[in-house]
Amino acid sequence: MIDKSLPGQEGKSAGDPLIRITGLSTVLNGKTIFDNISLTIPRGKITAVMGPSGTGKTTLMRHITGQLAPDAGEIVVDGASVTKLDRAALFELRERIGYLFQNSALLTDFTVFENVAFPLRQHLKLPEELVRDIVLTKLQAVGLRGAAELMPSELSGGMVRRVALARAIVRDPMLIIYDEPFVGLDPVALNQILKVIRLLNETLGVTSILVAHELAAVRRAADQIYLIAGGKIVAQGGPEELARGDTPWTKQFFSGEADGPVPFQYPAPDYATQLGLAGNKP
Amino acid sequence: MNAVRKEPSRFMMGIAQIGACGIFLLQILRAIPASLRHIGETARQVWFVGAMSLVIIMTCGLFVGMVLGLQLYYVLSIFGGTAALGTVVSLSLYRELGPVVTALLFAGRAGTSITAEIGLMRATDQLDAMEMMAVDPLAFVVAPRFIAGIIAMPILACVFNVMGIFGAHLVGVSWLGLDNGTFWSNMTSSVDVWKDVINGLWKSLAFGVVCALIATFQGYTTAPTSEGVAYATTRTVVFSSIATLAIDFVMTAFLM
Repeated sequence: MIDKSLPGQEGKSAGDPLIRITGLSTVLNGKTIFDNISLTIPRGKITAVMGPSGTGKTTLMRHITGQLAPDAGEIVVDGASVTKLDRAALFELRERIGYLFQNSALLTDFTVFENVAFPLRQHLKLPEELVRDIVLTKLQAVGLRGAAELMPSELSGGMVRRVALARAIVRDPMLIIYDEPFVGLDPVALNQILKVIRLLNETLGVTSILVAHELAAVRRAADQIYLIAGGKIVAQGGPEELARGDTPWTKQFFSGEADGPVPFQYPAPDYATQLGLAGNKP
Repeated sequence: MNAVRKEPSRFMMGIAQIGACGIFLLQILRAIPASLRHIGETARQVWFVGAMSLVIIMTCGLFVGMVLGLQLYYVLSIFGGTAALGTVVSLSLYRELGPVVTALLFAGRAGTSITAEIGLMRATDQLDAMEMMAVDPLAFVVAPRFIAGIIAMPILACVFNVMGIFGAHLVGVSWLGLDNGTFWSNMTSSVDVWKDVINGLWKSLAFGVVCALIATFQGYTTAPTSEGVAYATTRTVVFSSIATLAIDFVMTAFLM
């Protein structure tokens, strides 16, 4: 259900994708990140975005949330063209988006409880008892209700990610972006977080974008996958379809081989030349 | 196109920085109404940059006053004018030393901590996280620290002046034997509240604006690396000190 209208919104129905990206091109520091890519994120589904490190997955999320403007192309989120929104309208849109940052980005001067309560206290005039109940519910979902009064500096890396996840979902947003949610999680925590992601999707119809490298986890959670490499979308489809690996891209990426179209080495001059061995034959 | 792009000179980059700082000031002013929602945060920052700076301000004020007392007693004794010690010390403190030294100490103590705190928030994506939660970091983080700096500076300057006069009294009266009544009566008869005390407070208010602006600007625009934060804190001290002394000259010329 769409509860608010934003400037630039067009007519939309439940069948419309929540996010439509058309002709997106981005060049950062002289490097082409995206070269005229188009994709759609369906409503109420979990879409995974995968690809080699440095391929622009987080940049794509920054485009979707209006943190970074693309060089060309259009990004429409829930009917609103993100690049055309003013700051107030962008903030209005972001109130309906939960974002789990790659490095968690918890507020270090606040306790775990205060971090999770932060979006509620800033935007909703709820009684403190209700805030407390909501926060404890979310912390219970990520298994950290007992850590509510701890400071972020007292938590392990995996616990910090779980707190950040609780903060991202605390307002039950229409869209949740998980940027590397499984990093640093032990198998038990990973399993529980997967359940939370699926539960939010199934019970509340939340649309989710999952940026992750863990194929096994992604296969269990995602409805569809986009594989990005070299500035293009090189494969897309259901998890099982992509895992079968019919194309050279999927075959190499999902089997983790060094040789193939996905480069392991960052572009560099010839190795032997750089070591001064070129032409020195024994 | 093979046109060679010339790197902007350091002078031009400096001008661009001043321009960016001016725009940043306008953004802060625009964010102040929204920051009033976070009045508790502003109060916390007044405590942090003001009350937590009291020890260094009081200690330095005491010693500056004691040094002034000693030096001026020596100089005045050459002309047989030691009775004017209270007057000269208090005028020096109210008109110049109080506001200026307080601003320099503020830049070193509170300014650097503001820069480092905001800079680290930038480096750890906390400011971006606020933006993503639709919370304006200018209203929640920057404006409270800016307002706190403006509130704290004149109060700290007053405390510095009081401690300075106490230090001069300690040396001049208690140690060197100057008459207590002469010290106070000459001072009260020569110091004009509006011309000397209030003008000094105007100065410290201006220094508060400039030092708080530089500290928040450097933190907010720092490169998100540990080296970037280190450079930003250094720049806060350097730029605040230069700006304080330059503005002091201009204001002195106009307020004389």
